[in-house]
Amino acid sequence: MEIQWYIYLAAALFSIGVIGVLTRRNAIIIFMCIELMLNSANLLLVAFSKMHAAAAIGKATATVVSDGQIFVFFIMVVAAAEVAVGLAIIVMMYRNVHSVDVNFLNRLKN
Amino acid sequence: MADGINMNAIILTAIWGIVMMLAGAFIKNKSTPKYLAIGGLVLIILANGIELNWQEPLFAIDVKDMLHTNSFNLTFIAVMLVCTLLYFLLNGRDIEKVGNHVAEYFALIFFVLCGVAIVATFNTLLMLFIGIEIISIPLYILTGSDKRNLKSNEAALKYFLMGSFSTGIMLMGIAFIYGGNTSASFFLDRINMGAGTMPVMIAIGLVLLLISMSFKVSAAPFHFWTPDVYDGAPTVFTSFMATIVKAAGFFAFVRLFENAFGTVQPQWQKLIVVITAATLLIGNLTAVFQQSVKRMLAYSSIAQAGFMLFALFALNEKAKEGLVLYAAAYSLATIGIFAVLIKMNDYTIDGFNGLAKKQPILALTATIFLLSLTGIPLTAGFQAKFYMLLAAVSNGHQIWLVILAVLCAAISAYYYFRVIQAMYFKDGNETVEQEWDVTPAFKALLVITAGLIIALGIYPNLLLDWLHY
Repeated sequence: MEIQWYIYLAAALFSIGVIGVLTRRNAIIIFMCIELMLNSANLLLVAFSKMHAAAAIGKATATVVSDGQIFVFFIMVVAAAEVAVGLAIIVMMYRNVHSVDVNFLNRLKN
Repeated sequence: MADGINMNAIILTAIWGIVMMLAGAFIKNKSTPKYLAIGGLVLIILANGIELNWQEPLFAIDVKDMLHTNSFNLTFIAVMLVCTLLYFLLNGRDIEKVGNHVAEYFALIFFVLCGVAIVATFNTLLMLFIGIEIISIPLYILTGSDKRNLKSNEAALKYFLMGSFSTGIMLMGIAFIYGGNTSASFFLDRINMGAGTMPVMIAIGLVLLLISMSFKVSAAPFHFWTPDVYDGAPTVFTSFMATIVKAAGFFAFVRLFENAFGTVQPQWQKLIVVITAATLLIGNLTAVFQQSVKRMLAYSSIAQAGFMLFALFALNEKAKEGLVLYAAAYSLATIGIFAVLIKMNDYTIDGFNGLAKKQPILALTATIFLLSLTGIPLTAGFQAKFYMLLAAVSNGHQIWLVILAVLCAAISAYYYFRVIQAMYFKDGNETVEQEWDVTPAFKALLVITAGLIIALGIYPNLLLDWLHY
């Protein structure tokens, strides 16, 4: 398949994620939209890795091409660590105000 | 240097973070973790100093060129470690007051330092991403560490959402850069494609990386989370966030754009000009209207970020020296002024009324810190601003930006001097007596910090000589 289709799909997922973060008010849904952004980057990295591998066939420098896929594993691990902290923060918030609506977040606006 | 790099700081901070976590499980005494943390940090500073002095790694680890050390970034790490040591010494007692998990707070700070050392030495986009995340994740926790306080909760959630949002943008940028360069690697020097036109995908990646790094260093127009987060977080941790973390963010920003996109700088310099001008104006003009000193310092940190962006604008040797000097000057002064602020009961500017009569040493040192932040000659802040502007002038483009920066420094004098005026020329409210939790050691440390600022202001080569050691 042509690489453009992967780019379009990743760009679409990324845009859905960004729009979700900017418009939704529920902390959990914002959080899911952020995960969507991370996963669109994952998808793109894997697709590009494969693209570079296909381009390197027949060349002498065909050994470096799995970098993109390794990167994806790092992103997954870091995202998991972020989820652990993020959900803890949301739970802490819920315990105090019994809501996960970010419209409650206006105490700092004076 | 052939088969290993100087990564003492990275390894030892990570190990000491784990030591502190275990200490939290076994030590019930509340003040012991502080001494353990200070001792560990002194060890790390010594190890880092050995590397800097003899260029000889204690652990020779082959990292396949993913990290790169030289005396320049080792000096930067040393500056950050020494600032953290001063921060521990000044604020140790206040960290104990935040909550019950004292050792864990110190552990998280050590993990942040590990991230700082990584973003100071990274040579691939992978290490940049990991370093930034190692800095950010512990900071989300520290911001929310005052668990019963709604403001702290709110700041943590906001910081977390904004931080991971910008991480997502950064990853997308990295993916595009990976796709756009034919070398199929994340190494910075292989992205560098030489002067000429950029492929579209690399240009998209560059803009996305620029946005996400601007988020991390709170440059306008991506600064809106900063005042709320700095205001809501426990004041001790705001002090840490606004200094060490911000300086490290800038170092990574400049390192990334110099090594990966340095040759195509004319194509993105205009973006930096817009961001710099906006950051200077928004930071300084909003700071004028603040009543709370804590919030004023949050806006002032945005304004100071505007000056640090000059390093990115000029991108020459002077600018890089200036950045390290700026990081030192700004961190020392801000840590000092926050240490004084924490001792106050009332964070408004009126709360500082008559401080000179009640606590003359606190008022005097606070004055020196504020003068340094303004950039008055004989303080480190002046030298730092001077280096930045000199670098920008020798770069030769957009001289109006330098004029704007000088005008903004003049505006900043207004809000910094308001605090000095309150301390010296206004009478305090005598009926409200507050308990001063101020020990002689604390005062001595404040004097030492102020002394360092003046020493760097008179003789900046004290620091700069190390950069090209």
